[in-house]
Amino acid sequence: MTTETVTENVMGTNTPVIASPHPVKSKRLVYRHSLPIRLMHWINVISLSLMFFSGLQIFNAHPSLSWGNYNNPDKPLLALDAREDANGNLTGITRIGKHEFNTTGVLGVSKGPDGTPTARGFPSWLTVPGPGWLSMGRQWHFFFAWIFVLNGICYIGYSLVRKHVQRDLWPTRADWRGIGKSIADHVRFKHPHGEEALRYNILQRLAYLIVIFVFGIGIVLMGLAMSPRMDAVLSPMVEFVGGRQAARTIHFIIAWAFVAFVLIHVFEVLISGAFNQLRGMITGYYKVDVDPVKVAAPEPVAVIEETSHD
Amino acid sequence: MTDRRTFLRMAIMGTAGLLVAGCDKISQSSWGPKVLGKAQGLNRRVQALLSPSSAMAKEYTEADISPTFHPNGTTMPDTPEYQALMANNFRDYKLKVTGLVTKPGEFSIDDLKKLDNRTQITRHDCVEGWSAIGKWQGTQLSALLDHVGVDPKARFVVFHCLDNMDVDTPYYESVDIEEARHPQTILAFDLNDKPLPVSNGAPLRLRVGRQLGYKQAKYLGSIELVDSFGKIGSGNGGYWEDQGYEWYAGI
Repeated sequence: MTTETVTENVMGTNTPVIASPHPVKSKRLVYRHSLPIRLMHWINVISLSLMFFSGLQIFNAHPSLSWGNYNNPDKPLLALDAREDANGNLTGITRIGKHEFNTTGVLGVSKGPDGTPTARGFPSWLTVPGPGWLSMGRQWHFFFAWIFVLNGICYIGYSLVRKHVQRDLWPTRADWRGIGKSIADHVRFKHPHGEEALRYNILQRLAYLIVIFVFGIGIVLMGLAMSPRMDAVLSPMVEFVGGRQAARTIHFIIAWAFVAFVLIHVFEVLISGAFNQLRGMITGYYKVDVDPVKVAAPEPVAVIEETSHD
Repeated sequence: MTDRRTFLRMAIMGTAGLLVAGCDKISQSSWGPKVLGKAQGLNRRVQALLSPSSAMAKEYTEADISPTFHPNGTTMPDTPEYQALMANNFRDYKLKVTGLVTKPGEFSIDDLKKLDNRTQITRHDCVEGWSAIGKWQGTQLSALLDHVGVDPKARFVVFHCLDNMDVDTPYYESVDIEEARHPQTILAFDLNDKPLPVSNGAPLRLRVGRQLGYKQAKYLGSIELVDSFGKIGSGNGGYWEDQGYEWYAGI
C-alpha cells in the first residue's frame, strides 16, 4: 500500500521532518521550495537564456577573443572566421590559439536567412534575433541583464535573510568529509530517494555556491567592465583582470560555464526523477520515499533527530 | 535508442527554433523594441549615478598603444567636397561652428591649435566589441565652445560629417553639453604623433573618452549647437542611432 503524507520542509526553514508511521513503500510529499525561490528560479531561466542567445548575437559582430586591452587580430585566443576560395565558396574556420578546425555549417560559416552559406560566428538558430542584427541583440541583452541583476539581488538577499545560503548551501564539516562518497555516487549516477534527497549534497552545494557567487557576480562585473562609461570608475578592476578584451573573454567563458552548469543540472534532474523534480520547482512539492529504517524505528522522536537538517 | 536520440535532438532544436522565431517576431514588432529599449534609459541614468559626469576615462602610457588602429565605417569619403579638400592635403579645411552660439565662425586646424592643444592616450571601444589604444592630439571642445559662446538654450552639440553612408546619408553624431564640456572630449587632428590618416577621419575627428566608437565622428565638417536634434536626419541624434542604436553609447 502506498500512502502519502504532506509535510512542510521548505528549504531555508528549520521545520522538523516528521516521518510517516505507515509501513513500507510509503511516500510523502514535502513542501520543499518556497514560492519566491520558485519564481526567481524561472525568471532566471528566462533571463539567462535570452542573455546567452543575444550575447552570441553581440559576439558575432566581432567573433574573436583576445587578452589585454586591445585585440590583436593576428593572435586571437579564439576566432570564428570565414575564408573564401577563388570560386567564392565559404569555409568556416574556428581558430583556438594556433589550432584551426573546419567548422563550416555551424561556426564561422552557416546558413543565412535565404539558406545560402553566410559568414557569421554562431549560427542563426543560436542567436537572438536570428539574423545578424547587433543593435537589436543589444536591446535584448541589456533588458534581460537588468532582470538578471535585479532577480539575482533579490535571490541573494532572500536566501541570506531566510538562511537558505547558510543552511542549505554552505557545506557542513560532515559534507566535506563525505566529498569522496559524493563524487563516487555522482559518477555512478546514484541518487538518494529517501530523506537524504531533501538536503543538498556537497557537490550540489559547491556547484550552487560557485554558480551564484563566482559565475553570477563575475559575469555581471565583466559585462560592466566592457562599458566605457563604467570604466571611468572601474578601470582598476579592468586592469586587474588583464584589460577590456580580457574582461570580454572572461565574460564569454563564464557564459559557456553557465551553459555547462545548466546541462549538468538538467541531466541530474532527468536522472533523479524529472517529474518529481519539476513538480518541486513548479508547485513546491517534492515526493520522497520514507526510509524503511526509519519506519521501523519505534519512536518518531528518534527519527526527527536522525533526519534533522543542521 | 536512436529514435529517442533523434527525438531529443529534434525537441531541443525545435525549442531553440521556436524561441528564436518568437524573439524575431518581438524584434520586428512595433512594441517589442520600445519595451526592450526601456533598459537603455535605465543604463544611462544608473551609469550617471555610479560613474559621475566628472569621472575620467583611463589614460594609458605610450607602451600601451596598440600596433594598429582599426579604421571602421567610412575609410575614404567619396563626396566631391571631401575629395577636393584631400587633393590639397586639407590646407583649405575649415571647421564651421553654427547654431545657438554668440559668434558663429570657421576654424582652420591651426586656429584650433591656438585655442587648445593637448595629448591623451585613451582606449577606443567599438560597439562591435574590439578595442584599440591611440595617442590623440587635439583641441578640447570646451575651449572652442567658450570661444564661440554657447547660448543657454543649447542642449546638444551636433557633429555633421563630410562622409556619406548608404550613398547619400551624411554621417552625423551628437552629445549633450555636459559630455561636450568633459575635459576628455576633444577634436583630434593627430593620431600617434602623425596627422590623422584619412581612414581614421582626417583632418579632424571627435574623441569622446567614455562612449563607444560610433560617437567618435570622423571627417568633421561642421558643429551645430541645437536645443533638439529631432529635425536632424531621422531625429535620433546620429547616423547609427537612426539605424536603431542607442543615443547613449556609454555601454
